[in-house]
Amino acid sequence: MDNKMNAKKESSKESQETTKASDVWELRLYVAGQTQKSMTAFANLKKICDEHLKGKYTIEVIDLCKDPQLAAGDQILAIPTLVRKLPEPIRKIIGDLSNTERVLVGLDIRPKAPT
Amino acid sequence: MSTNKKPAAGTEQVFPKCKSGIRGLDEITFGGIPKGRPTLIAGGAGSGKTLMSMEFLVRGATDYNEPGVFMAFEETAEELAKNVASLGFDLEALIAQKKFLVDYVRVERSEIEETGEYDLEGLFVRLNHAIDSIGAKRVVLDTIESLFAGLGNEAILRAELRRLFRWLKDKGVTAIITAERGEKSLTRYGLEEYVSDCVILLDHRVQNQISTRRMRVVKYRGSVHGTNEYPFLIDEKGISIMPITSLTLNYEISNKRISSGIPRLDTMLEGKGFYQGSTILISGTAGTGKTSISASFAAATCQRNQRCLYFAFEESPNQIMRNMKSIGIDLEPCVKKGLLKFHAVRSTFYGLETHLVQMQKLIDDFKPDSVIVDPITNLINAGDQNDVKSMLTRLIDYLKAKQITTIFTNLTHLASLETTETEVSSIMDTWILLRDIELGGERNRGIYILKSRGMAHSNQIREFLITSKGVDIIDVYTGPAGVLTGSARLTQENKDKAAEDSRKEETEKLQRDLERQRKLVQAQVEALQAEFTAKEEEVKQKIAQEKRLEKTSSENREEMGRMRKEDKQ
Repeated sequence: MDNKMNAKKESSKESQETTKASDVWELRLYVAGQTQKSMTAFANLKKICDEHLKGKYTIEVIDLCKDPQLAAGDQILAIPTLVRKLPEPIRKIIGDLSNTERVLVGLDIRPKAPT
Repeated sequence: MSTNKKPAAGTEQVFPKCKSGIRGLDEITFGGIPKGRPTLIAGGAGSGKTLMSMEFLVRGATDYNEPGVFMAFEETAEELAKNVASLGFDLEALIAQKKFLVDYVRVERSEIEETGEYDLEGLFVRLNHAIDSIGAKRVVLDTIESLFAGLGNEAILRAELRRLFRWLKDKGVTAIITAERGEKSLTRYGLEEYVSDCVILLDHRVQNQISTRRMRVVKYRGSVHGTNEYPFLIDEKGISIMPITSLTLNYEISNKRISSGIPRLDTMLEGKGFYQGSTILISGTAGTGKTSISASFAAATCQRNQRCLYFAFEESPNQIMRNMKSIGIDLEPCVKKGLLKFHAVRSTFYGLETHLVQMQKLIDDFKPDSVIVDPITNLINAGDQNDVKSMLTRLIDYLKAKQITTIFTNLTHLASLETTETEVSSIMDTWILLRDIELGGERNRGIYILKSRGMAHSNQIREFLITSKGVDIIDVYTGPAGVLTGSARLTQENKDKAAEDSRKEETEKLQRDLERQRKLVQAQVEALQAEFTAKEEEVKQKIAQEKRLEKTSSENREEMGRMRKEDKQ
């Protein structure tokens, strides 16, 4: 877990080759220290991405305890916050991402359809 | 909580206080807001929350060397800088000096999806970073309630806010939290529950279509504070709160006397004029010369090289100057020398409180020796009678405390000549009444001193003349025909003079007659005297003759005897 979170950018190269640039999902997860919530969020995110965006995503984990100056840029208030930088427009999901359905809707992977 | 409250040990401050630097606020709170603790400022939209908190930071940065962080939830840094530039705050310069920092926090519900547990650590991190990066001692959160609109989970939010205020205390920064006024509670989201050391309420009330800003310290844990509502003003120099009602009646008084500018009026006032620092009410019907007396006083003040502030609620300065010039009072040089300052504004332009604050601020800035308010009657338009009286009382207290001599003029109606509409006569030291005296088909002005505290003033009605050489006061005619003024007085005086002249002539004639008589008598006396003298002479001669004859005859007898050899015994 620890290693995974410190690995700043995890991407699957093979998928990038097959997809267009616009299809790359650039995700940022803001955390503040390695709290239980942050770990849960990262684990949940990883799981969702592997299931739905396999091979075409990057996750950047930003620890605000280390880089507090980065919080203002993406207007971060809540921790943890997941920011979808690409594709545009920017979207934000706060919380530990435990509700997969809402994460998918939030990330616009699945349209807000009748469940 | 309140266990911190030590028994108030004398004058010792229980909590250290942080001077806000906002004019008046530190007086009301006896030293400022609680240091190192959060203070809540609640108020409706447009009540001045943001400006007040902004001034707190700016004053801190410029006057007390305490850098400040402004966390804005509603406006961006650029918008804020623009908004407060009109108050003379140069945010960009302060930011460049690292004394000020704005962090704009944008919360947009439509952009945020919530799933599961979260906290507001991001906000803490940002605030902490901002505070540490400039060593801030002061923090403003404006308006943190926006979070309630932006985030859905109120339970988390409340827990986090509680943690935030705790954290701010631990951090030791003096913070101001602003909040929107609520319908039932003090704030819409009940923030007073978390920030309970000091709560200030701002209010913006409209009465008779005139708005007034007011503030009140609702609570201040562990400290005494003024509990009244205080009017405040936002202008080009920031916020001014007027803690006037906290003044007491123990101002110093002066025995110095100053001229009213009208020599004869001074004579009526024991020959010395007004007391310095006293308040003078001049009331009278329309056109009786209230402004003329005021202007004379203004001119006299400037002649003594003192400063005079003239509040004109009826006429423009130029009009007053022109009119006064026509009666020989030239105020223009005084204005040019900077000794006389006019402040002309329609009384309905502001609310009463705003007038008061405005006047007080001008007095503070100009530091006049005398003040003229012409007329106070117009202020009634700006509020109801109670308000006017309390406002004037406060103004007078303030002026007296500063030893400023003040003239108020008051327009009255004939029916109520000796009552002032504002019932302020009781708070005045000297009351001069001007009235029309209608007689013989003309109206003349009469002047009378109704009261003047601390002096044996004249009790006479005098005639008050406005000539091209200024204001003059002369005696009215008082004689057997009654009290006369104007041309009736002149006529009567002429008549009297004629009568007196003829009387004089009569007397002179009598005197001349007498003289003549005297001379006649004298002449007669002289003639008689002469006659008498002549007679006396004659008689004397005859007597002498007789004596001679007698002597001769006796000698002859003796001779004859000798000759007869007469024997004698």
